[in-house]
Amino acid sequence: MGRFIARRLLGMIPFIFLVSVTVFVLIKLPPGDFASNYAAALAASGETVDDTMLAELRHRYGLDQSLPVQYVRWISSVAQGDFGFSFKWQQPVSSLIGERMGLTLILSFATLLFTWAIALPIGVYSAVRRYTWGDYIVTMLGFIGLAVPNFLLALTLMYVGVTVFHTDLGGLFSPEYLDAPWSFGRVGDLAAHLWIPMLILGTGGAASLIRIMRANLIDQLHQPYVDTARAKGLSEFTLLFRYPIRIALNPFVSTLGWVLPHLVSGSVIISIVLNLPTAGPLLLQALLSQDQYLAGAFLLLLCLLTLVGTLLSDILLALLDPRIRFQ
Amino acid sequence: MHISPDPHADVALEVRRLSTHYLLGPITLRAVDDISFTLRRSRTLCIVGESGSGKSITARSILQIVNPPGRIVAGEMLYYPRDGGPPVDLAKMPPRGRQIRAIRGRDIAMVFQEPMTSLSPIHRIGWQIAEGLVAHGMLSKRAALKRAIDLLRQVEIPDPVSAAERYPFEFSGGMRQRAMIAMALACEPRVLIADEPTTALDVTTQAEILKLLKRLQDENGLAILFITHDMGVVAQIADDVLVMHRGQVVEHAPVRELFADPHHSYTKTLLAASKKLGMAPPPARADIHPGPRLLEVSGVTLTYPAQATLFTKPKPPILALRGVSFDLFEGENLGIVGESGSGKTTLGNCIIQVLRPTSGSVRYTDRAGRTADLATMDRPALRHVHREMRMVFQDPFASLNARMTIGQCVGEPLLVNRILSGDRLRARVGELLAMVGLPADAAQRYPHAFSGGQRQRIVIARALATDPRLVILDEATSALDVTLRGQVLDLLLALQPKLNLTFILISHDLGVIRYFCNRVAVMLRGEIVEVGSTTDICDRPQQPYTQQLLAAVPEADPARRALIGDVSR
Repeated sequence: MGRFIARRLLGMIPFIFLVSVTVFVLIKLPPGDFASNYAAALAASGETVDDTMLAELRHRYGLDQSLPVQYVRWISSVAQGDFGFSFKWQQPVSSLIGERMGLTLILSFATLLFTWAIALPIGVYSAVRRYTWGDYIVTMLGFIGLAVPNFLLALTLMYVGVTVFHTDLGGLFSPEYLDAPWSFGRVGDLAAHLWIPMLILGTGGAASLIRIMRANLIDQLHQPYVDTARAKGLSEFTLLFRYPIRIALNPFVSTLGWVLPHLVSGSVIISIVLNLPTAGPLLLQALLSQDQYLAGAFLLLLCLLTLVGTLLSDILLALLDPRIRFQ
Repeated sequence: MHISPDPHADVALEVRRLSTHYLLGPITLRAVDDISFTLRRSRTLCIVGESGSGKSITARSILQIVNPPGRIVAGEMLYYPRDGGPPVDLAKMPPRGRQIRAIRGRDIAMVFQEPMTSLSPIHRIGWQIAEGLVAHGMLSKRAALKRAIDLLRQVEIPDPVSAAERYPFEFSGGMRQRAMIAMALACEPRVLIADEPTTALDVTTQAEILKLLKRLQDENGLAILFITHDMGVVAQIADDVLVMHRGQVVEHAPVRELFADPHHSYTKTLLAASKKLGMAPPPARADIHPGPRLLEVSGVTLTYPAQATLFTKPKPPILALRGVSFDLFEGENLGIVGESGSGKTTLGNCIIQVLRPTSGSVRYTDRAGRTADLATMDRPALRHVHREMRMVFQDPFASLNARMTIGQCVGEPLLVNRILSGDRLRARVGELLAMVGLPADAAQRYPHAFSGGQRQRIVIARALATDPRLVILDEATSALDVTLRGQVLDLLLALQPKLNLTFILISHDLGVIRYFCNRVAVMLRGEIVEVGSTTDICDRPQQPYTQQLLAAVPEADPARRALIGDVSR
């Protein structure tokens, strides 16, 4: 097991290197650079920028150098833990993304737990009671959850919040805690705000998970080993949990790896609508303005998250299923 | 037999007028239709019939584990408890209730057909055996695990202590079936229901399992209900036989009476079919005069390299084939026989180059008379050879794509090899289907509309599509009932002279080989131990392994029970 993990961790290094090259090239791919975008933004607001100033800007940020040189400078400082400087925000990237990444992780994790907590039991119920009224009702609710766009749900909830409860449901903190240092009060405040985006982000995901769980379990319910267990005299409840559900869970565990980045990048629209201080909106802005070091740092972290997630799910899968452990 | 004053003294289970129906909308399928029988201590009742006759559903009805929409609609199933109390009617118990659960596994246990899938893939063998004991509150978990080791020893599994810690996928089919039996015997039941427990096993393993069941019955006085479609097995182990056909009992008699004097025409058909594929000499056929050499296999070796696994140490390399050599002549039928794991399927795959041999040569002479070594031939050149050399696989359910029509399945080899297309392809498909005895409108239908026997005909039609010269039949009849088996073999024999075919039949069933082949090669652990004419091999086997293989074939004669070492009772 230890050897396996070590091998996988070593294998990540060349992979991350390849990803970093791809990320860098992709950021650089659109025409123009940060300076020309900056000039365009100023021009749009009626100001003019002269070329010498732009050239000076390019020189200061190293944008006038060749791509490989820029890449090497960037990646070598990243290797030392320095993610560079955000042109747009005029701040070190690390101080910009530190809290946002943390909050994103908290929100993603909470959403994941919420999704599983509702999707798995409902999926099990609707598989075991297949083609009954209960199954039809949850299936219909699931499809509604799948069909309603998340941002619409977010807008509706915010509207209801303002008109009925007279509170603003946006953001992750109340105004008094927005820039406050971490304290018990701030954590409580976060928890009080977290459930709204969790609910909104969770519904869509839960609906599809219900369908997957239902299909997985239905495949397992009539396997011969279930009959064997039944013929031993186990109760329906015990045998359901001990055999088919455990095996039906495998596909969930194996998708864990890419659930994490999906939650981060999939929540951009919701984060904008709800004004959440998470990574999504900042990443979008950074990409639009070619704020290359900020965007690069985000994308690299997301990639790392995927790799770690996949490793975790592989380890978990091996613990859960002996067939994978031995083959 | 000892006559006891109380006629119920040795009765364990009495089934009276049981009916289990499947309610499929407006249609009612009478899967089990008004059947009655009695199971007695220390006696074996065999239920025999072809697939779909309702044997398995009868077995499942007893334990109330019929899958919906099946339901017991009438009848009584009286179980006589071991304390001699009044009988209880299992048919009246709700299928998910506490009462029937208390009986399942503890009083009446069951062994299922598929040892591969009937064990949970993710639990250790020991725990799966112990689980029933814990569920019935008979032992603590620790004591139950200890008892599981004893049980594994009883069913003759080597090194039971470490076997208990292993998972089913680390066991062979025969070992798994032993573990299944250990599981069924854990709570010392009075009745054991065995649903085709040896059908998925080869003859030598089957003989061992049958011997084991007999020994356990003698030790514990079990009443056994044994379900099978193999009359040879029936002759070897049954005391009484119940013949089922379309849900009904057509004949019920003591075993010797049934074999000596079958009354019902269906019983006669079954017996005739099993005699035909039994060890009796096959009917005289026009002598085959083998033509020139078609295939020269020499020194074929296949080594699977050491495999590095995720969590365990690398395993040593596996020698799947060790220097296999034989010749094949045009127009003959060569049988390759051996138990599972002997390398017979691997050999077939190495001939057709699905697997490339590590060393050795497979020299093939094609229609134009050119001879070349297939083992070193590149893929594009092999395409040409693959038109002349086709393969038919064991499982007719898995080898047809469920999303393609029969016409598409059969026409595919012609289409991908760009031999025919359009109307001419359709005409050829019609011709092929007619050749294997299927109606022309079959081309528009999908595989699910066909039975196992029909599907195997479809697979044969597909194999014949490119007008091949050599067809490799890999256990092509093993998944079929004995009656269908005979029909498929007869079809192939009838087509052979018309199409100038040569067959290699890979099988673990010596009866099938004896009926179909002129020559036999016997394989053991990746080597051919004996080659010779079928009559020589079957009547005068030289090698001890061949003798052992022949001795394991259940003889369809209840007066000669060589298999379980019981001459008469």
